[in-house]
Amino acid sequence: MTMNQKNYTFFSRSGWVVVMSLFLGFATVEAQITEKPQYGTFIIENVDIYPVTSDVIQGGVVVVKDGLIEYVGSNVKPDLTGDIIRIDGSGHRLYPGFIDSETQLGLNEIGAVTVTVDAAEVGSVNPEMIAQTAVNPGSVSIPVTRVDGVTNVVAAPVSGLVSGTGSLIDLYGYTPEAMSIDQRAGIYINWPSSGKRGWWDSRSEKEIAKEYNEAIDQINELFDDARAYHTMWQAIETDELDAQPDVNAKMEAMRYLFTQEARLVVRVNREKDILAALEWATQQDDLSFVFSGVSEGWRVADKLAEADIPVIATALVTPSRSSDHYARPYQNAGLMANAGVHVSLSTFNTENVRNLPFHAGYAATYGMGVEEALKAVTINPAELWGVDDKLGSIDIGKHANLILVDGDPFETTSTIKDVFIRGYRIPMVSRHTQLNQEFLDRDATN
Amino acid sequence: MTIQKSTTLKGLLTAVMMLSFTYVWAQPTTYAGPQSVLIKNGLVKTITQGDLPNTDVYIVNGIIQGIGQELSAPANIPVIDATGKVVMPGIIDAHSHLNTVSTNEATSPVTAEITIKESIDPNDVAMYQALAGGVTTINLMHGSANVIGARNATLKLRYGADQFGLQFQEAPQTIKFALGENPTRVHGQGTGVQPRTRMGVERVIRDIFDDAIEYDRQRQAYLDQKEAHERRPNRVAPPVPVAKNLRLEVISDILKGNILVHCHSYRADEIVMLVNVFKDYGVENYTFQHANEAFKVAPELAEAGANASVFSDWWAYKFEVYYSTAYNAAILHENGVNTSINSDSNELIRHLNHEAAKVVRYGGISANDALAMITINPAKQLGIDDMVGSLEVGKHGDISIWSADPLSIYAVNEMTLVDGQVLFNREADFADARLDRAISYDQSFEDLQSEVSEAVRGRQDDACMEDAFILFESGLQTEQTHNH
Repeated sequence: MTMNQKNYTFFSRSGWVVVMSLFLGFATVEAQITEKPQYGTFIIENVDIYPVTSDVIQGGVVVVKDGLIEYVGSNVKPDLTGDIIRIDGSGHRLYPGFIDSETQLGLNEIGAVTVTVDAAEVGSVNPEMIAQTAVNPGSVSIPVTRVDGVTNVVAAPVSGLVSGTGSLIDLYGYTPEAMSIDQRAGIYINWPSSGKRGWWDSRSEKEIAKEYNEAIDQINELFDDARAYHTMWQAIETDELDAQPDVNAKMEAMRYLFTQEARLVVRVNREKDILAALEWATQQDDLSFVFSGVSEGWRVADKLAEADIPVIATALVTPSRSSDHYARPYQNAGLMANAGVHVSLSTFNTENVRNLPFHAGYAATYGMGVEEALKAVTINPAELWGVDDKLGSIDIGKHANLILVDGDPFETTSTIKDVFIRGYRIPMVSRHTQLNQEFLDRDATN
Repeated sequence: MTIQKSTTLKGLLTAVMMLSFTYVWAQPTTYAGPQSVLIKNGLVKTITQGDLPNTDVYIVNGIIQGIGQELSAPANIPVIDATGKVVMPGIIDAHSHLNTVSTNEATSPVTAEITIKESIDPNDVAMYQALAGGVTTINLMHGSANVIGARNATLKLRYGADQFGLQFQEAPQTIKFALGENPTRVHGQGTGVQPRTRMGVERVIRDIFDDAIEYDRQRQAYLDQKEAHERRPNRVAPPVPVAKNLRLEVISDILKGNILVHCHSYRADEIVMLVNVFKDYGVENYTFQHANEAFKVAPELAEAGANASVFSDWWAYKFEVYYSTAYNAAILHENGVNTSINSDSNELIRHLNHEAAKVVRYGGISANDALAMITINPAKQLGIDDMVGSLEVGKHGDISIWSADPLSIYAVNEMTLVDGQVLFNREADFADARLDRAISYDQSFEDLQSEVSEAVRGRQDDACMEDAFILFESGLQTEQTHNH
């Protein structure tokens, strides 16, 4: 955009449109954005760098080249040749892009219009349903999210017992493959609840217990089957067993759990259910666990820490029990982190994943502290998903997923000035900015 | 923050009693009627008259009597030291269903005869959670199932008062209208009763307005003739009785300007429709609620003198909010529309200061204008701006005291006062703030308080649709969410 602006003065308005049309085609028909991102070698200078994994560098330099972070340092100009796009970061801060570990971004366009929702497949055991294949790169919510500093999310299916496989994506790209960081980040399961589902739930205690036990039996059977299937195929693949059994898509998807390539993400919120899930997890020593939701995680924080199970939690929800302290949801993440739990923060949202930094801000204010809250939206989720070699901090060799802010990124009143994803300098444009531009001064004719 | 209790014997006794009360029952402080208090040395954000550093606010019997420096009060008046704190008016939420018992009487497209005042839960702990976020006044609304819903209740969060004591008695009556998807879904699509379309919605309003005018004429003629007949029974024939019709009396009061309309709406076209209807019938001083597309017709709204009460950033959960922008409030404000930020949510109501701060991010309006959107602007929309919404002498002692600039995400509300009484004090906070905790809930009932399930699944409805589909959905299983 900087380059475009420089050229702008050389053309009349109509001339510019013609030239743009030649270069870009008709930009207005693009679903996702109306301007192309800028790509090249960038040098961001005089900027306060918040690498997350090391100390803040005041007035430093970051070089972005070939989509990666090529240089991070104090304000000594690195030796660079060729076309370089210089960005003055004076008075600004540079952070790694924020990561939300559980969203329906790209899967859910308009919540109430079911034909636009691809987050809930039929059936209760769907490990073979992979979110990435249904992620709509043209979702209007994607630009809305990234211009506020969230560069990566896990898009995760929601329904049934085993919802499906969640995929970790960049919030830029024209195909799901181009956006993909890890299409098999984790298999999400909804831990059966031992409580009533709502005030309208007319089941008796006995019926509830029966259904709960049946669901637990179903889980145990599923994992026993999957483990046996995996063991069988391992034997076949290593020629220890000579057989040609049928391939089962569900079981194939479950195999990624036993090879530790995919994590098992257990959605569980209530104290009693977390304890039950913990007990079950200790019996599955060949799986890599994540607990998600954990709204009552603060009640069992020591046990979560002891089991060394990382969690995905949120901050801006109402207390889970009417007897709870009003600030407990704000405190939950911090209470768990202080007990030694590895915490990543999430909005658990779709269209307002952009609010992730505010969840971090509330968690920071209510006991987590700014430093730990920053980790909970950067390096912690990167570690959680096993991609801390690519994302989560400003370190040489990592993906250039960066955000430039005019102040504290957790502060509501701060503004995100620039966003880089895989080295692409993203246009700071979304439906929300475009409607503002059109309607702020609607009847002005110039 | 500590309150220095009065030093008189009576005061000491009260303090000791309060203390023992606290330890024995650990009951939250409950409303005890208007109080006197002196708040010393805070940064006072008046909203209407600028920020005043190192300033005192003196409240006598629930009313602000003085704002200035070095104010003094009799020794028996409690003093709050607000040094280093920010003192602002209590937050006002122009759209809430915080403590309704039920929200929607979804049985007819027009239910003006009913009132949400008969559906107030005075024990709901959600009130305490809102107080903890600095909120002192709410517009407790009927839902959006009907084109013309029930009359609303403006409440003060006098935690501990009964359903009558909670009501803001001096506030004018308001009523809920609703346009678009919700009434057409519930009635036209749900039960086959008009309206099924936005065309039908307009006709429902115009038809009932016409009915009310005709009813008024007939009823008045009957009353006139009845009076004349009673005065001169031999000269004037007895009248044919016209029965009193509460529904039409309420509609008639809207047309006479006695009841303020708060209209759930989203799309620009339906907003303009109602502006035109109200122009035709001479209805003024109304507020569009939600109004996600109000920014598209901001000049029309400004010209009509209409108000808007909007979300800071909610969008895309249904089709009629798909073409939304978080810049809505700022665009309306810049075009001269009196705009407030509301919650419509028991979660958002706990941090409306943060919601207001988003208008600074999305539109760059001033800090004071942002705070006005949760104080004096909603007060105007509820017709109570002569009593609350700013810190001025003569206004109610409804105040929140913050650890820092309330627009900062790091700011924490330290105290909330209603009518001069401290009803939330972070230092003397209660882990369990329920009023009715003597009632023992079983664990399974406790469990259903969780709203994380909603967060996980994402929103499909506004909170205003609570109860609207009970008839269809009760007993539905796993995917059912109790929209709050």
